[in-house]
Amino acid sequence: MELSGSEIIIQFLKDEGVEFLFGYPGGAVLHIYDALHKQGDVKHILVRHEQGATHAADGYARATGKPGVCLVTSGPGATNAITGIATAYMDSIPLVVITGQVPSHAIGNDAFQEVDAVGISRPCVKHNFLVKDLNKLASTLKKAFFIATTGRPGPVVVDIPKDITAPHIKIPYEYPKQISIRSYNPNVKGHPRQIKRAVELLLSARRPMIYAGGGVIMAEASKELRKFVRHLGYPITQTLMGLGAFPGTDPQFIGMLGMHGTYEANMAMHDCDVLIAIGARFDDRITGVNSKFCPYAKIIHIDIDPASISKTINADIPIVGGAKQVLTEMIKIIGKSKPTDSAAIKTWWKKIKSWQDQKSFAYETKKGLIQPQAAIEELYKVTAGDAYITSDVGQHQMFAAQFYPFDEPRRWINSGGLGTMGFGLPAAMGVKLAFPDKDVACVTGEGSIQMCIQELSTCLQYDIPVKIINLNNRYLGMVRQWQEFFYEKRYSHVYMDSLPDFVKLAEAYGHVGIQVENPDDLHDAMKEAFALKDRTVFLDIITDREANVYPMISSGKAHNEMDLSPLQQKVQASLKANGETA
Amino acid sequence: MRHIVSLLVENEAGALSRISGLFSARGYNIESLTVATTEDQTLSRMTIITNGSDRIIEQITKQLNKLVDVVKLQDFTEGNFIEREMMFVKVKALGESQRSEVKRLSDIFRARIIDVTDTTFCIELTGSGNKLDAYIKAMHESNVIEVVRSGAMGILRGDKALTI
Repeated sequence: MELSGSEIIIQFLKDEGVEFLFGYPGGAVLHIYDALHKQGDVKHILVRHEQGATHAADGYARATGKPGVCLVTSGPGATNAITGIATAYMDSIPLVVITGQVPSHAIGNDAFQEVDAVGISRPCVKHNFLVKDLNKLASTLKKAFFIATTGRPGPVVVDIPKDITAPHIKIPYEYPKQISIRSYNPNVKGHPRQIKRAVELLLSARRPMIYAGGGVIMAEASKELRKFVRHLGYPITQTLMGLGAFPGTDPQFIGMLGMHGTYEANMAMHDCDVLIAIGARFDDRITGVNSKFCPYAKIIHIDIDPASISKTINADIPIVGGAKQVLTEMIKIIGKSKPTDSAAIKTWWKKIKSWQDQKSFAYETKKGLIQPQAAIEELYKVTAGDAYITSDVGQHQMFAAQFYPFDEPRRWINSGGLGTMGFGLPAAMGVKLAFPDKDVACVTGEGSIQMCIQELSTCLQYDIPVKIINLNNRYLGMVRQWQEFFYEKRYSHVYMDSLPDFVKLAEAYGHVGIQVENPDDLHDAMKEAFALKDRTVFLDIITDREANVYPMISSGKAHNEMDLSPLQQKVQASLKANGETA
Repeated sequence: MRHIVSLLVENEAGALSRISGLFSARGYNIESLTVATTEDQTLSRMTIITNGSDRIIEQITKQLNKLVDVVKLQDFTEGNFIEREMMFVKVKALGESQRSEVKRLSDIFRARIIDVTDTTFCIELTGSGNKLDAYIKAMHESNVIEVVRSGAMGILRGDKALTI
């Protein structure tokens, strides 16, 4: 088969099994768009901004486990994609981003719409390529997919000069089924002796703690994790990225840990004597101050990326390997063995129960005001806990993570590492395209949603009916919260004045807008939004302006030094008065 | 502590900037870096001199290994290895006494004079970084016109080798 460079790209994507290509045309990719026009296998989704393309591909990848694919033009197309590429990089999401480049002969001449895409993306990609030879185009694309999806996944950029895609230059094409890269051989099988040592330590634990992260979801190791955790009977906490790997409604799950995690999860982290981290990277939002992190624990760390091990927290038993392979091996070695000191484990659970009694997520209700937490609880009820939830970044993100327990992996889609506002809506589009029959909601705020609101137009064009749950407090809530706590309420530039009328805005984009202000109307409004199955609905929920996310570990504090909500402080005081200590 | 790390990397455009970019992005120190192709044209050999605590050095080697273009890597510091650096020095050489003094000094250091004018000598010297420092010191700063140093390179002693 003789094909031009453009045709090779499209044919390759087809052969690779790519369903959707999120993109935006421009001068440097005109030839590719022409080839795209002549086929019907790879569905192109025309976004309204390249950032939207990368987030949509990212959402698709997070929900399906398959790589997300983007096509953008040179110069501003490439730079606009950078935020989305960096977002995927921080969360280890497999993405292949094809950027057009000016013709080879013009590279380096400051040509129109020229930017050094390889250079500018280098710090935020797993790897990148500039294709200089048409004969290497197919193999380079194959390498890109291979690198993006194996080992610790991540985004790969393939920069293709326009002349490589010229329609009149044709070469023989064959789909490269296999590729090997001598310098890239990720190890998935953990070291047997280390695994054995880890199992021994785990079984001898008296106050064990399992700490699972996004790596478990990436590795499709939820099933193994569940088996492992249930057999041991140990408490498990999960990171923001790991939610859903183990069921959020299971009694062994004691909540998310870290800055806005539950009291019980953080207290248990602080007091545990054996900690096993599985596919989690000891992010600073998890550890707080490194010197005060898990002071009594021996630490086992399973990670596919050797560089993640002992990067911030020293591991006593490091295991480099895939979560699935290592957990499978551990389950095998454990066999029917049970923890040696079952009495100690019982006492440990008792302690944890006493922390749980504190109800650290309890929040105060105010007459006539919708609490953001209540809005998420309502969302959970109406969707029966079965929706795909994407989120933007800020208070609403934390409320969603706290109040929408996920029982399945890949249901909770958020920008954890980079914290990218504007992620939620385009990500929801990617998810909805992958699962058209599922409820997909984007939990957002009036700040975040405006960062990629243009994608409402894409939702209409391709009939992608997502629900936008806008927790509208007229503040950049998380920043305001920090200003309240740490800057004596000097609310510097966090008030969103002159907000658009979101109902009218949604209608202008051809969608349904609903505003709700009264707590009594919340349930019906939420029901109505989800009852409109084939419409994109913008549910603008006017919430309590000064609601805060609790509990919270302030910077410089340890896990056992959480700040509790004013309500919870009262609960704790009354528990103390009754002689019940926590 | 000072470490000498030797790498085999794919001889491809951009490989060097991936490595130097890693050091700047993560705030690691780079004292010197040398690079050239090997007998295998598809591979470049790189020697990096860096310093940091054991923890930092461990991260540096892990992060370098993570780069797709890095084929193989070894921290020589713990092992038995040879380290050399090359230097060109242009010095003032005016009058008989100064010219013979420079020549005498160069003989002591086993340096070679490789270019001569009426007023200058250009000297080539190979050795450890310390030796090169000592030579410059002995030469007196006021006489030195220009110094060009290659940065260090290293190779393992004995039959061990960093090859693929």
